[in-house]
Amino acid sequence: MWRVMTSSRVRASRDEHAARLLLWLLLAMLAILVLWPIAAMLGQALHGGLAVLGQTLAQPGLRRAAVGSLWAATLTTALVVPLAYGYAAALTRVALPGRAAFRLLALLPLLAPSLLPGISLVYLFGNQGLLKHWFAEGGLYGLSGIVLGEAFYTFPHALMILLTTLAVGDARLYEAARTLGAGPLRRFATLTLPASRHGLLSAAMVVFTLTLTDFGVAKVVGGQYPVLALEAYKQVVGQQNFARGAAIGLLLLLPAVLSFVLDRLLQRRQHAQVSARAQPLQLLAGVWPRALALLYCLTVGGALLVLLGVAIAAAFIQLWPYNMSLTWQHFDFDLVDGGGWLAFANSLKMAIYTALAGVALTFIGAWASCKLRVAGVAGLGLHALAMLPMATPGLVLGLGYVFVFNQPGNPLSALYGTLTLLVLCSVAHFYTTAHLTARTALAQLDADFEPVAASLKVPLWLTLWRVTLPACLPALLEIARYFFVSAMTTVSAVVFLYTPDTVLAAIAVLNMDDAGDTAAAAAMATLIVAASALACLLFALLSHASLRRSQRWRRPS
Amino acid sequence: MFATRSLLAMTLALCSVSALADVTLTVYTALEADQLKAYQQKFEQDTPGVKLRWVRDSTGIITAKLLAEKANPQADVVMGVAASSLLVLEKEGMLLPYAPKNLAKLNKAYVDSTQPPAWVGMDVWGSAICFNTVEAAKLGLKKPESWKDLLKPEYKGKIVMPNPASSGTGYFDVTAWLTLFGDKGGWDYMDKLHQNIAQYTHSGSKPCKQAAAGEFPIGIAFEYRAAKLKDSGAPIDVVFPKEGLGWDVEATAIMKGSKNLDAAKKLADWSASPAANELYEKNFAIVAMPGVAKPNAHIPADYEQRLVKQDLRWSAANRDRILAEWSKRYDAKSEPKP
Repeated sequence: MWRVMTSSRVRASRDEHAARLLLWLLLAMLAILVLWPIAAMLGQALHGGLAVLGQTLAQPGLRRAAVGSLWAATLTTALVVPLAYGYAAALTRVALPGRAAFRLLALLPLLAPSLLPGISLVYLFGNQGLLKHWFAEGGLYGLSGIVLGEAFYTFPHALMILLTTLAVGDARLYEAARTLGAGPLRRFATLTLPASRHGLLSAAMVVFTLTLTDFGVAKVVGGQYPVLALEAYKQVVGQQNFARGAAIGLLLLLPAVLSFVLDRLLQRRQHAQVSARAQPLQLLAGVWPRALALLYCLTVGGALLVLLGVAIAAAFIQLWPYNMSLTWQHFDFDLVDGGGWLAFANSLKMAIYTALAGVALTFIGAWASCKLRVAGVAGLGLHALAMLPMATPGLVLGLGYVFVFNQPGNPLSALYGTLTLLVLCSVAHFYTTAHLTARTALAQLDADFEPVAASLKVPLWLTLWRVTLPACLPALLEIARYFFVSAMTTVSAVVFLYTPDTVLAAIAVLNMDDAGDTAAAAAMATLIVAASALACLLFALLSHASLRRSQRWRRPS
Repeated sequence: MFATRSLLAMTLALCSVSALADVTLTVYTALEADQLKAYQQKFEQDTPGVKLRWVRDSTGIITAKLLAEKANPQADVVMGVAASSLLVLEKEGMLLPYAPKNLAKLNKAYVDSTQPPAWVGMDVWGSAICFNTVEAAKLGLKKPESWKDLLKPEYKGKIVMPNPASSGTGYFDVTAWLTLFGDKGGWDYMDKLHQNIAQYTHSGSKPCKQAAAGEFPIGIAFEYRAAKLKDSGAPIDVVFPKEGLGWDVEATAIMKGSKNLDAAKKLADWSASPAANELYEKNFAIVAMPGVAKPNAHIPADYEQRLVKQDLRWSAANRDRILAEWSKRYDAKSEPKP
């Protein structure tokens, strides 16, 4: 009896040892893929000492670009956050018909690379645009084009945060306010707005940082307007001036880190806003609120749809604006720059591998760090490192990868220029959101599963395979979809890492537009949107099927 | 049709992986994307066992990349890059001089003067203005006939030109103006022209493509792109400014340190061959081998006489200085990316 007990104990702890080893390995991998590149970027920026860095940053061109970036980010934030707040309020607080459809509509921009709104804007408001009279001649190119394009690109990011914020609330408070005679405006100003201030701030910081660090929009419709992200790209890709690129990278890293830290602090303070006795919100069902909300959502959602649709339409038009007949010829990428169908095939491959590797790594990491009794320091370390990518702009991460993996002395430099490195970089780039999703899903499971299973002498791996994994399947599918779509659309990190053999679709869009082949760029962007949309559909179906099969336990009996 | 085409592309991509027995040359180039395919096809057909892998970008970017990789060159051969850039590399000692077969048959004006030559010309490309007649009629713009015409106030915000830092076409426009109008006169001219420029683009082709699309009515580009777009039905007139045209030579050179020297020499030989010149001829009015070129409907017969008399060595030696001065004066208006 005694002997059996010991042996079972040894077996269980051997599992745990193995799991802990795995955890340490993951930690080491994250250190290589996230920490090292960021450190290398910082090292490169501070290479000549602070004086040299100061000199670089003090150059007038850079100052102009910094001011330009700040303006663009501020204006975009001021435009997007109120728009998204209204949209989120309409979706969460009003009995609006077709809410699910409106939600989907507003998330559509996530399917496209940030270059797409730029291309659409040229076709809409450029000198030959459908609505060119809305702008002074050539007025699109510059700040106005950047702000509009970034608004499209960042809208769903702000919306997702605000939807979560506005979805919770206590109906009792609103009722009390009403009985005390507070009108709708007063109720909004004293209840809704204060309760959502954290969400608003968080959304504002996300929009600000995204705009600051994106160069896709500015690349296409920025005209002569200088922005930092493009300046970094220009220095590195155009002039091979890595030191200066790193200095700008440092500038971009600072606000991203700052807003990330602020956001974390706020989230910590935000707990228990809604008490356990809170009553679910009553949706506004009056004719006026519903009509207004519908009109508003149609306008905003419609604008997003038009911006997406124009680029897709332009992909099929022979020679805008002179010959508007339909054609497939722009999808024949043979005679233009960018890598054509090879780029698209590469992107598909890269996105699939990123989804697979991403799901495996983030899930095992999250599981080991929060379900393992012996996780200890390694668990904390992994969680901390997993947060880092969210505070790191893709551009900075990509630059860091150049500094780490393009060193002749580094044995890992064999990876440089390969699709493998692009996959690893993308997994690292989008790690945080996936990690948090996995942790949330795992936290929903009873913490007793593992100890009970262990006491029943069920091996750790079997519990993981038979209980934990199936229970988390919807979250896993969500993570895979997120990785796939992000890898399909990203430009910022991978633009420094590709070679002609590993060129990607979103980078092809960039290069085609650069060479003036706007229609081909629109066609390639259309392919990206189509692939992302198809993947989302597929994942939705899978998720539906898995919910029916393995998630019966979630349903109240 | 698309499915088959993409399938074909993917199959080809797979084949190129499996065909490991072949030598693959990494070739840096600034040739236009729509020229590469024909050159590659013919070369690989004429030279079994050697495959080409292009790294393509605008002249300035390719030059910067080559200079940055000086310690550890990645390219075997440079093909279709401006001689004014190759002269810079030659000065840095990065090129391997090589006399290709057929060298004697080429026009000496378009070949490096050292023996053996560090670079060998393929063809000459030169300035042209793309003028959108439909948009010009709408805006009431007259067709410009000279460089000086472009300074007229009516063209304000209507002209696009390539950024000389990134585009070889942009650079020879600048050197041509400095040659034609003198140093002071040239910069004065550019100061005034700058007032009329809507955008400086990254690529040398884009201004003409934008003119063809009517986005901006006037694009300063080069004759190949202009003729090509006119052929495809774009409503443009091609203007050759009467003061004289900027030009440069597209040339081939072998990189010192290439690990595939034999194959690299084969490409250099092919690049100077009659077969290759016949392909260049389809795109350019002047090719390195005399007697090959044929008349082109969109390019005047006396095209060669219209080129500015300028020294490529001067263009190369002063490249850094001229580009620094240019960036200082006009960079804020440059399209993002040099």
